[in-house]
Amino acid sequence: MALDINKIRNDFPILKRQVHNKPFAYFDNAATTQKPNSVIDRMDKVYRETNSNIHRGVHYLSDITTRDFEAARDTVRRFINARHDHEIIFTPGTTSGINLVAFSFGERYVSEGDEVIISAMEHHANIVPWQMLCERKGARLRVIPMNDKGELLLDEFEKLFTSGTRLVSVTQVANSIGSVNPVKQIIELSHRHGVKVLIDGAQAVQHGDVDVQELDADFYVFSGHKMYGPTGIGVLYGKEEILEEMPPYQTGGEMVDKVSFEKTTFNQLPFRFEAGTPNYTGAIGLAAAIDYLEDTGLDDIAAYEKDLLEYGTRLLSEIDGLHLYGRAKDKISILSFVLDDIHPFDAGMVIDKHGIAVRTGTHCAQPLMDRFGIRGTIRASLAFYNTREELDRLREAVEKTIQMFK
Amino acid sequence: MDINTVQDEIVDEFGIFDDWMDKYNYLIDLSKSLPIIDQKFKKPEFLIEGCQSRVWLRADMEDGKVVYTADSDAVITKGIIALLVRVMSGRAPDEIINNELYFIDKIGLKENLSPTRSNGLVSMIKQMKLYALAYQAKSRQK
Repeated sequence: MALDINKIRNDFPILKRQVHNKPFAYFDNAATTQKPNSVIDRMDKVYRETNSNIHRGVHYLSDITTRDFEAARDTVRRFINARHDHEIIFTPGTTSGINLVAFSFGERYVSEGDEVIISAMEHHANIVPWQMLCERKGARLRVIPMNDKGELLLDEFEKLFTSGTRLVSVTQVANSIGSVNPVKQIIELSHRHGVKVLIDGAQAVQHGDVDVQELDADFYVFSGHKMYGPTGIGVLYGKEEILEEMPPYQTGGEMVDKVSFEKTTFNQLPFRFEAGTPNYTGAIGLAAAIDYLEDTGLDDIAAYEKDLLEYGTRLLSEIDGLHLYGRAKDKISILSFVLDDIHPFDAGMVIDKHGIAVRTGTHCAQPLMDRFGIRGTIRASLAFYNTREELDRLREAVEKTIQMFK
Repeated sequence: MDINTVQDEIVDEFGIFDDWMDKYNYLIDLSKSLPIIDQKFKKPEFLIEGCQSRVWLRADMEDGKVVYTADSDAVITKGIIALLVRVMSGRAPDEIINNELYFIDKIGLKENLSPTRSNGLVSMIKQMKLYALAYQAKSRQK
């Protein structure tokens, strides 16, 4: 069934606003997505009707909020098809999830002379925590190279494994150019070498079905705000047997079992990794976002976005002096491009004045820009509430930009 | 002309544009008037790195006046620097340090001044004032 685009656009109140006296076209979805009414209303309801701290209260509202929070955990579990609810750790976001693993897993399993493998198309959030870990431990960071189209070279990947390889951490979808990496294959290959894998799903979960069991991922991280949910909430999925062995990362309330001044014993999963009051309102909002995506239909969303991507690619390719980056065979709806002799920043400023939001710069992926030998791109990242008409406007704005700087 | 007269002059010039496109076109024109920094100074120590557009800036002292030269890889940024240079260059350090730059706000370019990663404009103004401060300190030592 095709998407009812009018209904969908009505679900997102912000899409009705104007920017610079023009209808607002939002193409910065890889940075953050807009929120449907159902998410906004659900969080509003928490604050207006049920707000109370969770897990420790004996009173009525605490009980309701606790149940809603744990129901949200179950919704996430179902969404990515994890085996157990306690394999779902709520975090502030993808970056936090990666840092948690880098500190906790890294603390236990990575030592001097060991290696961690990442890829050439990682967001800084999946580079720097590993770099810091390697620095702390005297370990080495290895990088899977890619070709000019923006596809990882799996043959080269295989050669990177040594007896000291401790973890592979790669993104499922590249935020800067949209490449979809063959993560199932990457995981299979790594497991053959006895190495665990973390998948950064920040740009993947909002575009199609993810099944962590089918992928056999050891860790899977993503953010709520990039999948139409609230900011400040994210998820770290980890296999039970791995999480059980990992030392706590942050400590405080909620994550402890017994505390005395001599010794503290720690709570069970998932609470051991959720020190302090978790963002329960965010978690409940995230569950509402998942419900929204599932009601809309992830397959339909994927099909619609694929069509938008093809249309947009065709449209932009026709423009003289425009070069698209990221031509992977398998990619999601991100159009990353540069214009001959025009700085992305200049272009972004002008495109903005057309009421169109794009992102310019390196998209927190400087190594990838270096690989292409450019200082940045203009990035239009599309979501299922975008339309062909909006892409027509983008094309027009780009053409006017080129005229202006001639 | 004192610094505020020049600022008012710029505000008047921009007053005739009611369209952002004309404003930007004017900035693109102005970018060509920027006194360009000598190629040999386009190195890291003169670079003010914003996340996106790079700006090189240098100041010299000539007859008690601070003279700025600069360049940027983004044209609109370059146009804005040209305005800053027009306002601030060729003045005594005191005048540069003690006056508020209000014209940016008044000509509707304030959005370009947000202290975010979008460009190095805030750090650029800061750097221009720092140069003036340094030359002021130097002249007092004498």
